[in-house]
Amino acid sequence: MIDLLAGFNGRLFLTVTLNGLTLAALYFIVASGFSLIFGLMRVVNMAHGSLYLLGGYVGYEVSVLSGSWLLALVAGAGAAALAGALLQKGIFGWMQGQDLRQTLAAIGVSIVLADLMLAQWGGTAYQLDLPAIFRSFVPLPVVNRYPMPRLMLIGLAVLIGIGLWAMLNRTRLGLLIRAGVDDRRMLEALGVDVPKVFLGVFAIGAGLAGLAGVIGGSVLSISPGEDARYLLSSLIVVIVGGMGSLSGAAIGALLVALAETYGLAYTPTYGVVYTFVIMVAVLAVRPQGLMGRPA
Amino acid sequence: MSPDPAIPLLDVADLDVYLGASHVLQGVSLRLPAGPLSIIGRNGMGKTTLCQAIMGLVPTRSGRVALAGRELTGQRPVRIARAGIGYVPQGRRVFPSLSVHEHLVLTAPRGREAERAAWTIERVYDTFPRLAERRGNGGAQLSGGEQQMLAIARALLLNPTLLVMDEPTEGLAPVIVDHVVELLHTINREGVGLLLVEQNFLVATSVAARVLVMVNGRIALETSADEITRNEDMQRRYLGVSAH
Ligand SMILES: Nc1ncnc2c1ncn2[C@@H]1O[C@H](COP(=O)(O)OP(=O)(O)OP(=O)(O)O)[C@@H](O)[C@H]1O
Ligand SMILES: [Mg+2]
Repeated sequence: MIDLLAGFNGRLFLTVTLNGLTLAALYFIVASGFSLIFGLMRVVNMAHGSLYLLGGYVGYEVSVLSGSWLLALVAGAGAAALAGALLQKGIFGWMQGQDLRQTLAAIGVSIVLADLMLAQWGGTAYQLDLPAIFRSFVPLPVVNRYPMPRLMLIGLAVLIGIGLWAMLNRTRLGLLIRAGVDDRRMLEALGVDVPKVFLGVFAIGAGLAGLAGVIGGSVLSISPGEDARYLLSSLIVVIVGGMGSLSGAAIGALLVALAETYGLAYTPTYGVVYTFVIMVAVLAVRPQGLMGRPA
Repeated sequence: MSPDPAIPLLDVADLDVYLGASHVLQGVSLRLPAGPLSIIGRNGMGKTTLCQAIMGLVPTRSGRVALAGRELTGQRPVRIARAGIGYVPQGRRVFPSLSVHEHLVLTAPRGREAERAAWTIERVYDTFPRLAERRGNGGAQLSGGEQQMLAIARALLLNPTLLVMDEPTEGLAPVIVDHVVELLHTINREGVGLLLVEQNFLVATSVAARVLVMVNGRIALETSADEITRNEDMQRRYLGVSAH
């Protein structure tokens, strides 16, 4: 304990904090899509991590072929959105209201997708090349300098958060989503084609996973196993923050990512434990999550 | 296009509905030629289930439902609503997350439809000044009467040919009940059909000249509002209470 205090290093602390915020940004982008889908459809999309990975791989291929990172971002998000829409149309849509069956089908899909991607891209890790202007460092007090792409990731997560908020509160689709979360059957009885709304929401949620995959593959890297990792982080984030809540996904992502990063930096042995401590504590006090509505 | 008088606006024939193991609707038939029709009956007799079966919200085992000759049996609720039935459910079921104005935007006619529609958002605000005052309030912040107005308004904005209303005066203060009754008369005058489920005997008989009584999942009696109002014996037998 004395050692820990004596050795307190402001620079390390700030670096770790910034790393935590970066991770939180990535977790938020992945988990917001997961939470959006759950909020409206009550589908726990266990294939969400696979869509992250798919987006990363497709983005990688496109960046190699075209040399354009922006195009890779669009392609990765687009491919995942398309895959998500196909899953909803071809599989989950047929099991509407049967939560357990949907969850099991999604696990099956994730296993199949993981194998297909392993066959296609092998076991190596890939990293996408960022445009040269982003491959720089930003001068900062205390930490001296910090990688530009990581700071941009934080900015992007904020933009996505604002964009999703505006979509939910300022567009017709958002209106339909909020009404559908409240009372899906009543919405149908008012002449709204709810399955069509579902398809749109699934595509948006999956697209966010794919987008995060490209970003994660650029700032960190992409390899087999990342699917399970980001699925798990999404699950924990929404359990802590509250299923179906945008602000909950943000708060959950911050708590989980900071706990994980501080834990690994300061007490490496117990690093993974903190996340679960937070989860258990939240479940004990507020089972619906910090921002969630009671079931 | 004037409707063919031989084809009823709503035609329900031999409808059977099971909820779990219980046989809730047992061969219900009714014809609503045009104009209003009231259904009364005690608690748990199957009135709400009938409304939900018409809307496609519960599956039917057998029988059929047609709107102005158009077959609706087994269709999804979306198709039934778009075919021209506006549904005002029991308990109102307004959306807590939507403001008053958003409820109206949800169902209001859009684009070119808005030009020839009888009901538009402007007209709703004219008709229900209270909703205009509370346009920014959330569905959960409204009083029971305001919620009922909103549930009726959002159904009217679909510009339906038939309104199915399930106990619209339930739990409302007497002055608000009068207001709803007045509104139902207005709707009738405009030629919108009305299937009104009511436990409030006076409301049911003042809005519609024809009254059906539902007992244990069956239409036990079809009579006129005048007849059942006069005949206390009939009231006691079918409703278990007298209105006087
Ligand atoms: N999900 C269900 N499973 C089994 N039985 C049900 C179900 N829902 C309703 N019932 C039964 O069906 C019967 C009819 O219910 P319904 O709600 O249609 O009656 P109601 O006439 O509208 O009553 P109220 O006047 O109280 O609104 C009741 O006896 C009820 O207990
Ligand atoms: Mg009822």
